[in-house]
Amino acid sequence: MEFKTFVFYMLATIMVLASLRVITARNPVHAALALVLAFFNAAGIWLLLHAEFLAIALIMVYVGAVMVLFLFVVMMLDINIDRLRQGFWHYLPLGGLVGALMIFEMSVVLGGHYFSLAEMAPPAIPADHSNTRILGRLLFTDYAYPFELASIVLLVGIVAAVMLTLRKRKDTKFMHPSDQVKVRRNDRVRMVSMPAEKEGGE
Amino acid sequence: MEAQVLHFIQPLLGPLWAWVQPLWPLLWTMMKIVAILAPVVAAVAYLPYFERKVIAYMHVRIGPNRVGPFGLLQPIADALKLVFKEIIVPTKASKALFILGPIMGLAPALVAWAVIPFDTGLVLANIDAGVLYLLAVSSIGVYGIIISGWASNSKYAFIGALRSAAQMVSYEISMGMALIVVLMVSNSLNLTAIVAAQGKGTFAGMGIGLLSWNWLPLLPMFLVYLISGVAETNRAPFDVVEGESEIVAGHMIEYSGMAFALFFLAEYANMILISAMVSIFFLGGWLSPVGFLPDSVWWLMAKISFILFLFLWFRATFPRYRYDQIMRLGWKVFLPLCFVWIVVVGVWMMSPLNIWK
Repeated sequence: MEFKTFVFYMLATIMVLASLRVITARNPVHAALALVLAFFNAAGIWLLLHAEFLAIALIMVYVGAVMVLFLFVVMMLDINIDRLRQGFWHYLPLGGLVGALMIFEMSVVLGGHYFSLAEMAPPAIPADHSNTRILGRLLFTDYAYPFELASIVLLVGIVAAVMLTLRKRKDTKFMHPSDQVKVRRNDRVRMVSMPAEKEGGE
Repeated sequence: MEAQVLHFIQPLLGPLWAWVQPLWPLLWTMMKIVAILAPVVAAVAYLPYFERKVIAYMHVRIGPNRVGPFGLLQPIADALKLVFKEIIVPTKASKALFILGPIMGLAPALVAWAVIPFDTGLVLANIDAGVLYLLAVSSIGVYGIIISGWASNSKYAFIGALRSAAQMVSYEISMGMALIVVLMVSNSLNLTAIVAAQGKGTFAGMGIGLLSWNWLPLLPMFLVYLISGVAETNRAPFDVVEGESEIVAGHMIEYSGMAFALFFLAEYANMILISAMVSIFFLGGWLSPVGFLPDSVWWLMAKISFILFLFLWFRATFPRYRYDQIMRLGWKVFLPLCFVWIVVVGVWMMSPLNIWK
């Protein structure tokens, strides 16, 4: 058995187990952490496919940013498991439909043999091949406009999110750091000259 | 190197070699990992000792001097004491996650060393996306804090974890932005290539390579990266995590014994890692500062030690930042500065004055 095959089966096993844990864990925080583990192993499998940029981007974006914020929210919510399970039978048909669709799609892809889809041979990879460099070159030359368009969509999303949560309250107190820096002693302290008190006086 | 080791090992194992052979790549990589991590771990153990000594001399004290000559056995005594202390798991805490927290804190700091080059070709994994790998791995470090804060089943630990995680996530962004400028001028994501790019230039040709390293032409980014690195490792003056006067001990409050020590080791391992990254990205890695001395791994060690000394010096010098000031510095000062400097360097590189050809 080749070493790569061994690595693949290890990553795949952990990934399947972690994914199962995502849907079976009773505690939502445990489920979210299992999802992080699943992402991690998916990144490992992508690395085996020579897609190093995608793998690292998956870890940076999903594990490093999205799931951290997700965990923040899940941890701070007081989630009642029983209430979450209430609509189970009500939502089961819809969920089952989505699951069946996914199984169908995956079996088409994986069982390409039997559905006579052309098998894709992995393209020959030259020694100095750099996935990251090629992706970057494509994004900033051939696909520059779609790329900029996507960034504008993201920017609009950010502005919308800020506008939705921005509330101006009249009674909030905040500091202006520049004012704090500019403060001089004379603004805060007034020296008062007083005659010294005498013992026995008054 | 590998052939020599194989030559030695194969006769030693004899017929067993057939069994070992499929796993040989794994074993060989393991050996290299140990060769890198053993010095790192030793440095992590002795950095607290140097911190206590350096700060003590800055305070006109002597520092640890009782255990062994010059107190040199102090870290070993501390470690022994911590190993034998009981690890108390709080009631109703999630026990597996409680143990996982400190491990997740330390592991990324060690994993990142895989791509750190010590000399030309002297690197565990010479990958093309080295910078991305470093960014990805350092973004995982925040999980140690979040997991331990939540698993402690304590309000203090949880609020401390949120504060600390918010701080780390904020400064990671300015660190990444500062790195974008570095990789623009280096034209590569490979750490070895980034160091090699710093060895070229007018000043390097004149024999003063010191002035052609990235720190001079990218001085604002060097400062942003260094200060963000201090904030990222939760060191003074940004050490609000363990600000004794404000919040007990942040996410570490429920930990005792070796589990608590792991957080400390993680902090020092992260310091060494950040120092190595600053040395490689801005201070020319293993390149020699002057033309008549050869490049060698010792220069890298000297640069790492210098940055580590800066960390300790900051701690002895600056008063602690207030939390809102930390957030303001990260989001309203460093991040806009990075954006402006990316444009400035971009224009500079397109102009006839480009020095990075």
